[in-house]
Amino acid sequence: MSKVCFYFQVHQPFRLRKYSLFDIGKKNDYFEEKKDLKTNNEALFLKVARKCYLPANKIMLQLLEKHPEFKISYSFSGTALEQMEQFYPEVLTSFQSLVDTGRVELLSETYYHSLSFLYSKKEFIEQVNLHNKKLKDLFHYTPQVFRNTELIYNNKIASSIEDLGYKGILAEGWDYILNGRSPNMLYTPKGTKYIKVLLKNYKLSDDIAFRFSNRSWPEWPLTTGKFHHWLSTSGGDSVNLFMDYETLGEHQWEDTGIFDFISKLPNELLKNKNTTFTTPTELVETSPSQGELDVPFLLSWADLERDVSAWLGNKMQQESLKNLYQLEPLIKQSNNKELLDTWRKLQTSDHFYYMCTKWFSDGDVHKYFNPYESPYEAFITYTNTLNDLTLRVKELLQINES
Amino acid sequence: MKVLMFGWEFPPFKSGGLGTACYGLTKGLSRNGVEISFVMPVTPEHAKADFVKIIGANTLFKNVTITEIDSCLTAYTTEEDYDSFDTQRKEIYGKNLFKEVSRFTLAAAQISSQESYDIIHVHDWMTYQAGIIARTLSKKPLIAHIHATEYDRTGNNPNPSIAKIEKQGLDAANLIIANSNFTKKNVIDHYNITPNKIRVVHWGIEEDTPAYHLHFSSPLKKERIVLFLGRITLQKGPDYFLEAARKVLEFEPNTTFVIAGNGDMLPSLMFRTAALGLSQKVLFTGFLMGDDVHKAFQLADLYVMPSVSEPFGLVVLEALKNGTPVIISKQSGVSEVLKHCLKVDFWDLNELVQKIVMVLRNKTLHEELKENGKKEADTFNLDTPAKKIIKIYQEAHYE
Repeated sequence: MSKVCFYFQVHQPFRLRKYSLFDIGKKNDYFEEKKDLKTNNEALFLKVARKCYLPANKIMLQLLEKHPEFKISYSFSGTALEQMEQFYPEVLTSFQSLVDTGRVELLSETYYHSLSFLYSKKEFIEQVNLHNKKLKDLFHYTPQVFRNTELIYNNKIASSIEDLGYKGILAEGWDYILNGRSPNMLYTPKGTKYIKVLLKNYKLSDDIAFRFSNRSWPEWPLTTGKFHHWLSTSGGDSVNLFMDYETLGEHQWEDTGIFDFISKLPNELLKNKNTTFTTPTELVETSPSQGELDVPFLLSWADLERDVSAWLGNKMQQESLKNLYQLEPLIKQSNNKELLDTWRKLQTSDHFYYMCTKWFSDGDVHKYFNPYESPYEAFITYTNTLNDLTLRVKELLQINES
Repeated sequence: MKVLMFGWEFPPFKSGGLGTACYGLTKGLSRNGVEISFVMPVTPEHAKADFVKIIGANTLFKNVTITEIDSCLTAYTTEEDYDSFDTQRKEIYGKNLFKEVSRFTLAAAQISSQESYDIIHVHDWMTYQAGIIARTLSKKPLIAHIHATEYDRTGNNPNPSIAKIEKQGLDAANLIIANSNFTKKNVIDHYNITPNKIRVVHWGIEEDTPAYHLHFSSPLKKERIVLFLGRITLQKGPDYFLEAARKVLEFEPNTTFVIAGNGDMLPSLMFRTAALGLSQKVLFTGFLMGDDVHKAFQLADLYVMPSVSEPFGLVVLEALKNGTPVIISKQSGVSEVLKHCLKVDFWDLNELVQKIVMVLRNKTLHEELKENGKKEADTFNLDTPAKKIIKIYQEAHYE
């Protein structure tokens, strides 16, 4: 029996409006850009809702109704869920309808799509709990498998996730960690007992997420028949197709035929009686571990390096993160809800991604996702914003700086 | 491929970017197998280049005494400037700039019938008439290279006679090479030239020279130094630089601003500096050349190019290669190809001020801009533009 496990990431950051040195101490509407479309969170959300979330959800609902075998899973960042509530409640309703079918699994993650694990364990756990609460409130759902921001993973993260009571965790199926083993199997993270790690089959996932519309790709155009053939010869327990949900309609536009492809794929795969669909929790509960997986370094699903250099690679990113997490004791001491929420919104990994200077190798992808003119502009806005927040919290706590 | 090239300046006879560009261009072309005869107005005695045959048009004028090149004969001279030069000089170089251009054009006719070549390549308006004559006589294809339009030089108040020559040259050319999309757009907008005749070739820069390794320092280094380097004229925005300096000093008083260059706005800029009481904080160096340019960059913590209109801006690459981070105007050709720098609209004074302050205050930002900017500038070379130009030659040749 060969299985296919779809997991889609749904995430939107609260982008910072351009914030100047001269705004410090005068303005704190950090996320409230109205004019510049690149940082206008509401306008961007409406756009992605119309291009991706609404049409894709409609297709998914039809597929779930048509094929009793069909299953999918999502992970929502808390910031994306807030934007649905705030900007476009119909999007939330349509996701709720999907979850109501009982064949849609939701994953756990940090509420603010943050890098908190790397900087503050305390903050990390608080954000995981916040996210769980949000899933309970909106979907009456309790997740059992965890995925960290951008699939950032190592042995330690897996251990911590086991300690929090999860059954599974997601990671990139990078050849380097597999030593010739298949990404289509489950493994036991080194140093853990019960938890299992599910790996992304990046080749087949990226055929859809990145190469689907690339006309210079020798396999273009990708048909469901061709993809079915690749899947069926891929071996193992389950082919894990992990990707951003925005792939459907936003990264790959409707006119590439992506919606057509996705809506026909289940029917094509189910022609083979030995193929079925599964979800992370189901896999963890039914498939055995094939042995230990040792990942002592930080692995992610980004760029050619599959490391964390897209967020921590340069000094601007490192300094911003350091200054941000240094503020944690003061922010928490202040006991001020708004300051805490703002500080947490500043933790979203996207802010640091915008400061990435690895332009020459992975240039195109980074540029596409960057609302600022350059990583330096992103850094200037971030630094000024954080300085203003620092002033505000110190003022509240009446800390005088000499 | 043999090319007859008409230019107006060539190192060391230069006053700005055009000479540097022609030097780099001919060096790159010859390295890639192109033979060039370079015709310029004056004696080539001191021109330093073994890769190009330099012909001085003046050697054809029996009645002209040859002296050192005079700075009045530059790509940037306006007719008014030329008129103000003293009488003795004018006797040597002709009564006015147009006369000088006409003399060059006549000489060109003679040279073009003596030399053998496949392509005629001319640089900026002063040489366009020469190119037209050479083409008429030889029937060889004409390439008009445009480094700056009259509209760039004058802030959209063109001298009609120059604009007319510029248009004639651009119209007559088989193909036009613009040094940026910015220049291409100006050519289309102001001269109504069909876009499919224009090819954009961004400038390259010599990979390395000893001047980048002078490790220059000075007692001025006690303070952070912000540099302006360019002609002190409307086009380059030196007045924006001074206004920015005034505001930056409110935030970062331990800063010295250096204004390097010469030009028609220098006196008014100096008066304004004195009137603002900033003479201790804003220093003027006058015209710099050769190693002194590099020394200025090496001394500076930040180079600012606030140009109102900058067809390319080769000097920005020189700054970066000297390890000086840059803030550049978006109204420039170089901003099309450079990523690791800060960019501002020249008129956005607050934005310029905040960026200068941020770079001075934030060591991390300064270091990242410096390191990545240098790496990026080091990817520019002379072969890339040369290869593009050879393709354009072939296109014109086989048309």
